[in-house]
Amino acid sequence: MAPETPEHDATAPGTPDAPHAPHAPHAPDELDTLVASWRTWMQRHDAVTDADLDELESHLLDRVDGLREVGLHDDEAFLVAVKRLGAVDELSHEYARVHSERLWKQLVLDGHAEPGAADANTLAAASGTSDRADAAGTRAPFWKRANGLAVALALGVGAGAAVKAAALLGADPAFFLRNAALLVLPFLAAWFVWRHRPPVGAVLAVAGAFAVAAVALNVFPWASLSDAQAFGGPVTDTELLASLGAAAALWLMTGVAYAAGRWRSSADRMDFVRFSGEWLVYYVLIALVGAALSALTIGVFSTIDVDVAWFFGEWVLPCAIPGALLVAAWLVDAKQRVIENIAPVLTKVFTPLFAIMLIALVVAAVLQWNIVDADRELLIAFDLVLVVVLGLLVYSYSSRDPLQRPGWFDRIQFAMLVAALVVDVFVLVAMVGRTGEFGFSPNKTASLGLNLILLVNLAWAAWLQLGFLRGREPFDRLERWQTGYLPVYLAWAAILVVVFPPVFKFA
Amino acid sequence: MRIGKDLVAAAATPVVLGILAEGESYGYAILQRITALSDGELEWSDGMLYPLLHRLERLGHVRSEWRQSDSGRPRKHYRLTEQGAGVLAEQRRQWSVVGDLLSKVWPDDGGPRMRLAFGEI
Repeated sequence: MAPETPEHDATAPGTPDAPHAPHAPHAPDELDTLVASWRTWMQRHDAVTDADLDELESHLLDRVDGLREVGLHDDEAFLVAVKRLGAVDELSHEYARVHSERLWKQLVLDGHAEPGAADANTLAAASGTSDRADAAGTRAPFWKRANGLAVALALGVGAGAAVKAAALLGADPAFFLRNAALLVLPFLAAWFVWRHRPPVGAVLAVAGAFAVAAVALNVFPWASLSDAQAFGGPVTDTELLASLGAAAALWLMTGVAYAAGRWRSSADRMDFVRFSGEWLVYYVLIALVGAALSALTIGVFSTIDVDVAWFFGEWVLPCAIPGALLVAAWLVDAKQRVIENIAPVLTKVFTPLFAIMLIALVVAAVLQWNIVDADRELLIAFDLVLVVVLGLLVYSYSSRDPLQRPGWFDRIQFAMLVAALVVDVFVLVAMVGRTGEFGFSPNKTASLGLNLILLVNLAWAAWLQLGFLRGREPFDRLERWQTGYLPVYLAWAAILVVVFPPVFKFA
Repeated sequence: MRIGKDLVAAAATPVVLGILAEGESYGYAILQRITALSDGELEWSDGMLYPLLHRLERLGHVRSEWRQSDSGRPRKHYRLTEQGAGVLAEQRRQWSVVGDLLSKVWPDDGGPRMRLAFGEI
């Protein structure tokens, strides 16, 4: 910052001094920067809301103006003004006493107190413009209120309607299984497009992925239903694998829309990972409460001899299950700033328990040495174990303060990783032996591939974790390894959709 | 002379309500007014005024509104409600009782009690 000249103080507050035109615009900038950083600092206090900060900032600037009139520089005036506000902890405590409900932060539904996305907020603070909705007293249009609840609901209804329309057009169960992701996820992608405004290129890439998946899933000549039923299932193995692959691949592709096209950035990928975890938690909660509500409704109506179960089967389930997807996505966005994320909390609780379970499994396997004789579901079960281990790892990364030194939790994580690797090597040896004996089936190949992909990820993650514990790796490398690995899953999922069915002759 | 913390806290509500009874105002101006009226004797940190104002608003004694100031900055103005005026009147009665009591206990001329206390009788 250029030092100010004494003459500058004589000018009216806020008006740049004309003779110093090249430097003068810096003066208000400096104050704006100071105020912006003060705001960021104050925002950490849960009891103080943005509206309070607007009020305090207005006061601060009044005080600064007053002090400048008696001859203080901007920065001096700012320091005195902040000091006069009082000790922040005391202030925050006082706000908390008056507004105790804020410590149990509420979800704001009237869109009045929450001025939209967090970035809009910091922008306003950084540029010093006071276009905050609550400060100016203006009302946002209805579709922007409550973080776009109206748009999310409309898209949710769209997703439900798409599923219901397919059902009314007489689609068979196999069609639903194949197209579940195609019917529902475009609405989620549309929500992200509306909410995060990705560039056109990213939108086209996402749309392209949906188009490719739609063609592959519906053009391939799947074996007819009657043939498949001979094997005891309603759909063929390749069909099932392609459906699962499509769901995974398209979810990751909607992440491109979520990241507003910045899919190369590790931080943005991590954001999408965070979103996915929170979304899952909310979705499960909504599903649980929804199921309880449905059961209660059916029960209550049956006491007066009115059967409503058909209505739930025909309408509520097909519309609510896709619709809740959008509501959960909206909730994650709306609550993001408001409440502590829950997925990392669950991670903290379950990582030690999972580590104990895996170590017990290693001991049991060594004592009995019978994993080799286990049945064919084995590999899939252990894929799930690896997925959970990775999930626990990634979600604890997502909420970890990267500057914190390694602690006991990181050691538990390391123990869990090593135990998972040992168990997996046992299983892998067994499975490779069996595959050599019985040949490749699509299921076995798919889970073997996934197993190897997860194994590589976990092995390197364990190595990095060891380096981190010994103080040789910065935490950032651990995080980058996980976010950098996401495209590998995308590629494998895409292979399941596009390559597997023809290779295994749609078996 | 610094006025004690408890006394400042007790006086805060009637003082703020009294200033708002003069007409609608905003945080910084209220503090300026308090400083001017008390010759700088009654002081608390600037920020503490706002939780107090919010409590008064929550109780319904004052009402607030965002306005544009002359400099173009948004500013939250507070004004007394009817209920607040009632509370102010009530507080005023209470304080005048206390004031009367104090003036009898500590009469200006000292009075018999003071002379007793200082061992003059």
